Amino acid sequence: MKSFLRVAWLVMRKDLRVESRSREMLYTTLFFSASCVLVFSFAFVREGRPVEGAAAGILWIAVAFSGTLALARAFERERQHDVLRGLLLAPIDRPAIFVGKLLGIVLLMVVVELVVVPAIALLFRAPFFAHPFLMATLLGTGTIGFAAVGTLFAAMLIRTQSRAVLLPILLYPMTVPVLIAGVGGTVALLQPEANLALAKFWLAMLVFLDVTYLTLALWTFEPVMTE
Amino acid sequence: MSPTTSSRFDFELLTVSDVSRVYGRHRALSKVSLTLRMGEIVGLLGPNGAGKSTLLSVLATLTVPSAGSVRYGDVSAREGGPALRAQLGYLSHDLQLYPELTARENLEFFAELYGLEAPSRCGTEALVKARLTTRADDQVLGFSRGMRQRLALERVLLHQPRLVLLDEPFTGLDEMSSRALIERLRELKSDGRIVVLATHDLDLVQNLVDRVVILRNGQVVELATGDGSLKNRYREEMRLK
Repeated sequence: MKSFLRVAWLVMRKDLRVESRSREMLYTTLFFSASCVLVFSFAFVREGRPVEGAAAGILWIAVAFSGTLALARAFERERQHDVLRGLLLAPIDRPAIFVGKLLGIVLLMVVVELVVVPAIALLFRAPFFAHPFLMATLLGTGTIGFAAVGTLFAAMLIRTQSRAVLLPILLYPMTVPVLIAGVGGTVALLQPEANLALAKFWLAMLVFLDVTYLTLALWTFEPVMTE
Repeated sequence: MSPTTSSRFDFELLTVSDVSRVYGRHRALSKVSLTLRMGEIVGLLGPNGAGKSTLLSVLATLTVPSAGSVRYGDVSAREGGPALRAQLGYLSHDLQLYPELTARENLEFFAELYGLEAPSRCGTEALVKARLTTRADDQVLGFSRGMRQRLALERVLLHQPRLVLLDEPFTGLDEMSSRALIERLRELKSDGRIVVLATHDLDLVQNLVDRVVILRNGQVVELATGDGSLKNRYREEMRLK
């Protein structure tokens, strides 16, 4: 277990180091999500009053779409220079590579959320910070579920020519339950009188989905990656 | 440099028996059989698409044969698992380096991944062997193909693998670097490693390898190099194609 976590840490640290120099994923996802929020604010805020429930939907749309952009690039560095073979040949538990890549993607998505949530709160007058712990847990579990499926599919498609097209086609149907649970929980929290019981129900659903997706991804990563 | 994992498993003989690999309708390898011994350099020759890279990938345990078996000593790839992988070094045509990282960071990352003791020292020693100490902290992005090739080779050799698989290792190297690589390969041979290199450069191979395996349409024609007529025989084989 210690060795597994050490490898996951090494892969994540390497990804963050590479990203800190190229910043291609960070800039792309940030600009996209910020533009998304801004455009929606013109459509869904009339005379200073937002359409009810719009903030929750826009938050998860921004997270999902910007996450897809990041996922499309997740294994690109490994693919372009055949580094994946070097990683797969190392005497390590191969699922640790998946966990390392997943952690890198989750961190990137969290950075995006740190920008998007205050922006939506400001533009849509949404009380995201009324229940900060529940809100952060909802976002965190939703992000992990979405990224777990996405990272596995990004890895599966690494040798496919039309991976840019296939990734969203595979990803969105699988992650719709995560997005619905995320939106459901967020709407429950953003109501004038927050429905905490409903929010907790959706949170439990997200935890269940995370456990299911993570287990499946860890189980299938190695067979998927080896020919 | 002292690998922590390699002491767990070792082998002196590599046996490939009737290995075939099929991709859809294309048969990349067809009943390939050969035996490789420690302290031997084997050249893998053949035209493009002959199956050289597929065979290297099978030997590296990265491609599972459709039929036949590969045994590393007494164990198969499946039985060997990570302990076997700790004894394999594979340099493909793409160099398996992160361009955004520096030469030192690339080496240290893989040294840590392989669980080597003192990854920093391993990296420094590899940089000396790659003759890149002055560029150690530069991003690989700015390196020439030859510099990348030297760095990639030392990256592959970091953990002192028993089996070294090199796909076109002379690509992009100038004359001096090619000579240095040949010396490095001879060192590996004298260390008792098994080296398999796929190449088109017959002039370099002729005086370096102990044996040559010529692949044609996924099948093997094995030739000895002792009589010095390798080039003519290789061309003859290619004409038959």
